[in-house]
Amino acid sequence: MTEFLNDWGITTMVFLPLVGALIMMITPADQEETHKGIALLTTLATAVIGVLLFLDFDFDNSATLQFVVDRSWIDIVNARYSVGLDGISLPLIALTLLVVPLVIIYSWDHIPAPGNPKSFLILILVLHTGMLGSFVAQDLVLFFVFFEVVLLPMYFMIGVWGGEKRLYAAIKFFLFTLFGSALMLVSFLALYWLTGSQTFNMVELAQEVAKGDISSRAQWLIFGGMFMGFGIKVPMFPFHTWLPDAHTQAPTQGSVILAAVLLKLGTYGFIRIAIPILPAAAIDWAPIIGLLAVIGIIYGALGCLAQTDMKRLIAFSSVAHMGYVMLGIATMTPFGLNAAIFGMVAHGLITGMLFLIAGSVKERFHTLEIDRLGGLLVQAPRMGWALGFCVMASLGLPGLAGFWGEFPAILAAYNPAEGISTTLFRVYMVIAAIGTVLAAAYLLWLLQRTAFGEPSEEFVNDPHIHDAGRFEWIAWTPLLVLIVVFGFVPSLIFDITDSAVVQALQAFGATP
Amino acid sequence: MIPLLAQAAQAPFIRPHIDWHAVAPELVLLGAGALITLIDLIWLERVRRIIPTLTAFAFLAALIPVATLWEANDGVARSMFDGAYVFDNYALVLKGLFLLSGYVIVLISTNYMSEGDYYDSEYYQLISASVLGMLVMSSARDLVSIFVALELVSIPAYLMAAWRKRDLRSNEAGLKYMLMGVFASGILLYGMSLLYGLTGSTKLVDIGQAIAIGESKPIITLAVVFCVIGFGFKVSAVPFHTWAPDTYEGAPTPLTAFLAVASKTAGFVALISIVVFAFPGQSDVVEPLIWLLSALTMTVGNLIALRQTNIVRMLAYSGIAQAGYILAPLAVYSGRTDQAVSAMVTYLVIYAAMNLGAFAMVIIIARKTRSGEISSYGGLFQYAPGLTVAMTAFLFSLAGIPPMGGWWGKFELFRVLTDGSSSSGVALAVVLAVNSVVAAYYYLAIAKQMWFMPAPDGDHSRIVVPPALQVAVALTLIIALGTGTLLPGVLSDMTDFTMLAAP
Repeated sequence: MTEFLNDWGITTMVFLPLVGALIMMITPADQEETHKGIALLTTLATAVIGVLLFLDFDFDNSATLQFVVDRSWIDIVNARYSVGLDGISLPLIALTLLVVPLVIIYSWDHIPAPGNPKSFLILILVLHTGMLGSFVAQDLVLFFVFFEVVLLPMYFMIGVWGGEKRLYAAIKFFLFTLFGSALMLVSFLALYWLTGSQTFNMVELAQEVAKGDISSRAQWLIFGGMFMGFGIKVPMFPFHTWLPDAHTQAPTQGSVILAAVLLKLGTYGFIRIAIPILPAAAIDWAPIIGLLAVIGIIYGALGCLAQTDMKRLIAFSSVAHMGYVMLGIATMTPFGLNAAIFGMVAHGLITGMLFLIAGSVKERFHTLEIDRLGGLLVQAPRMGWALGFCVMASLGLPGLAGFWGEFPAILAAYNPAEGISTTLFRVYMVIAAIGTVLAAAYLLWLLQRTAFGEPSEEFVNDPHIHDAGRFEWIAWTPLLVLIVVFGFVPSLIFDITDSAVVQALQAFGATP
Repeated sequence: MIPLLAQAAQAPFIRPHIDWHAVAPELVLLGAGALITLIDLIWLERVRRIIPTLTAFAFLAALIPVATLWEANDGVARSMFDGAYVFDNYALVLKGLFLLSGYVIVLISTNYMSEGDYYDSEYYQLISASVLGMLVMSSARDLVSIFVALELVSIPAYLMAAWRKRDLRSNEAGLKYMLMGVFASGILLYGMSLLYGLTGSTKLVDIGQAIAIGESKPIITLAVVFCVIGFGFKVSAVPFHTWAPDTYEGAPTPLTAFLAVASKTAGFVALISIVVFAFPGQSDVVEPLIWLLSALTMTVGNLIALRQTNIVRMLAYSGIAQAGYILAPLAVYSGRTDQAVSAMVTYLVIYAAMNLGAFAMVIIIARKTRSGEISSYGGLFQYAPGLTVAMTAFLFSLAGIPPMGGWWGKFELFRVLTDGSSSSGVALAVVLAVNSVVAAYYYLAIAKQMWFMPAPDGDHSRIVVPPALQVAVALTLIIALGTGTLLPGVLSDMTDFTMLAAP
C-alpha cells in the first residue's frame, strides 16, 4: 500500500476525476441520476485516496516533500512531471478534496438553469483535476498547465449556468486571468534562461537564484511578472474587479469553488513559487504587496457596505479577507505565512458556506436583493441560524476558524521580516485592525437586514419558502463542523504548515 | 551559356545513384495517383465511390516507407543527385506531416465532394499530385527542385480552388489565387535567377558558401529579399496576404483546409530550406525583414480576424496570424538555426492538427446549418454537446491554452525568441504575447456563440457525422491533445533536428 501511495498516490488522486469525466462523457445525457452518482463516487474516491495519502504522510517531516514522483516529461526543455506533497500544499488539497464532493452533493437537486447535469458535473470534475494538480506540481511548466486548465471549466460554468450578465462576467474572468498568466509564463521563462540552469524545478530554481547570478533589477521584474499572474488570481486591489462580477454571475457551485479553492491558487503561488525562488525581490516588493493588501481590506469592506445584493456583498468580503491573507504573506515571516495559510483554509470554509446559503436563499426567494429580504429566522429558522453562524465566523469571532486567519496576520504585521520597514507595517497593522471593525459592521448589518425582523410582505405567504433540505444539510454540516473544530484547535493546521513555511522562508534566515 | 553547354557536353554522363528506399514515399504516391487516374478512365462512374478510399490508403501506404526510413536512420542523411535531394530527419518529419494532412484532407473531402455536384475523381488525383509536390519540397535542396515542387503544389491547388464552378465566389477564389500565385512565382524566379547568376550554382549549400564570401552586397540583398517575398505570398504573410481571405471563403471548404494547412506548410518548408541553407550568412538582411513580416502578419491578421462574422474568413485571418507566429523564429535564426527550425516544425505539426480539426468541425456543422456565419453556431451546445466540446478544444488549442497542444507550440516559439540576449527576439516575443491575448478574444467569441447563445432558428435536430469525418476529428483531436499533455516530449524529440548541409 505504501509503495503504491509513494509511486502512484498523487497521480491517481489528481487524474481520477478526469477518469470519471471520461466515463460520464460516454454515458448518455438523459441518465441524469447516473451522472450525479458517477460524479459523486469519483470525487469521494479521490477524497479517499487523499485521506490515505494524509494517513501515510509523515507529519513530523512536513517540511520535506513526500510521495515525490519525478518523471521525464518534456526533455527538450527539461520540464518534468514532478509532483509532491508537503505541509504547505496539504491543507489546501484537503480543502479541495472536501469542498468538491460537497458541491456535487449540493448539486443533487440544485442543477442551475439551463440544466444539463452531465456537462455541468464533467466541468466540475475537470476543474477538480486542475486544482489538485496545481497544488502538487513542483515544476513550473507543469504548474502552469494545471493553473490554466482551471480557467476553461470555470469560464463555461459562469457563461452557461450563470446569471443575467453571465457573458460579460465570463469573458472578464477569462481575459483578466489570461493576461496575468501570460506575464507569469514570461517570468518563468526568464528564470529558465537567466539562471542558466535550464530547469523548471521549483527547488532547483531557488538554489540557482540563491547563487546570485541574476541582477536584483531582473529579479525585481521577474517577481513583478509573477505578482501579476498570482495577484490577479487572488485577487488583489486593483485587479479585483473581475471577482464581484464572476462571483455574482456564477452559479452557486461555481461561486463556492471559486471562493473556496480558485482564489487560493494565487496566494499559494506566492508562498510556493514567488517567495522561495526570489526572496530578495520579495523583500523589495513586500511594502507594495502590504499596501495593496490593506487597501484591499478597507476597500473591500467599504465596497461591502455599499452593496445591495447579498452575493455581491459576499464577493467583496472575499476581497477584504484575501487582503488579510496577502498582508500575512507580505510580512515574509513564518508567523505571517502560517496565518496566511490558515486564512486561506478558513476563508475557503466560511465563504464557501456563505455562498451555499446565498444559493439556497436565491433558490427560495428568486432574488438576493437585501432590501427585499428579511425575517429569514422566522421563515426558515435553521437557515437563518446557519447564516448567523457563518457571519460570526467570517467577522473573526474567537473560537471560530475565521479568527485564526485574521488575528495572527494582523499580529504578524507588527514585526515583519528583516529588511522590511517595521514602521510601515505597523501602520498597515493599524489599518488592517480598523478593517476588522468594518467587517463586523457590514456582516452584522447583512445579518440584521436579511435574517432579523419580519418577513417582507411579498414573501410572507410564499409556499416555496421552506427550511434547509436534506441535501443542503449534508453539504453544509462538514463545513460548519470544521469551522468550529479549527476555531478551537487551530494547531491542527498550524502544526502541519509551520515547518514547511520555515523551510520556504529559509532564505530569510527564518527559525521556527 | 555556350561554354557552359560545351563543358556539359564534354563531361561523360554518369548515371546518378538512385536510393530507391529513400524515394519510396514519392514513388508510392506517384504510382497511386497514376493508378487512380487510370481506374477512373477505364471504369468511369462505377468506381467513383471507391476513389476517395483508394486515395486515403495511398497516403497511408506512403507513410510506411517514411516510418522505415525513420527507423533506418543512422545519423547520416541519405541524399541523391549530389546533395540536391536529401532525406534527413527534417525531411522525414515533414513528409509524415504532409501525408497525414493529406489523409485528413481526403477524409474531410469525401462527403463534401460526393454530396455536392462536383467532379469527384479528378479532385483526388489533383490532391495526390499536390501532396507529391510537398513530399518533393521536403527533400529539395536545390533552387530548381524547390521551384518545381512549388509549382507542383500550387497548380493543382489553383484548379481545386475553382472547383465549385457554378459559384461565382469559387471562380473568384481560383482566379485570384492563380494570379497572385503566378505573380509570386515570378518574383521568386527573379530572385532565384539572381542567385544563380551570382553564384553559378543552383544547389542551396553552394549558394550559401558562395555568397557568404562574395563582395557584391546590394545585388545579393536584392536576391534575398525577392526570395523571401516570393515565399511571403505562399505563406500569406502581410502585406502579401490579400488573396487568402477571398480564396479561402470561395474555395470548397476541404480545399480551404488544404490551403490553410498543407499548402502553407509547404511554403514554410521552402522558406526554411532556402534561408537556412542558402542564406546562413545573410542574417543581417533576412532577420529584420522577417521580423517585420512576422510582427505585421500576426498583428494585422488578428486585428482583422476580430471583425469577421463568417467562420471560414475568420479562420483565414486567424491562419494569417498563425503564419506570423510561425515566421517569428526565422527572425532570430542566426546562431540558433537548429532550435529555430525545431520550434517552427513543432508549431507546424500542432498547427496542422488543430487547424484541420477546426475545419473538419466547420464542415460537420455546416452539414446542418448550411451556413458559415458564426451566428449560426448558436445553441450548438444544447443539441450537439460532443461536437461543441471538440470544436472548443480546437479553438482553445489555436488560442494556445493548455492542455491543448497549441500552448506547447507557442512555448517553443517563446523559448527560441527569448533565448540569448537579442533584444529584437524578446521584443517579438512581447508582440506575440500581446497578440495571443487578442486572438483569444475571437476564438472565445465562437466558443461563446456555441455554448451560451440560443440556436438562431430554434432548430435542435441532431447532426449526423459521417464515419470519415469522425475519423478525421478523432485523429486531429488526439494529436492536438496529445502534443499538449503527454507527448510534447515525443514531438520535440522528433523535431530536434540538426540542419546539416548535405554531405
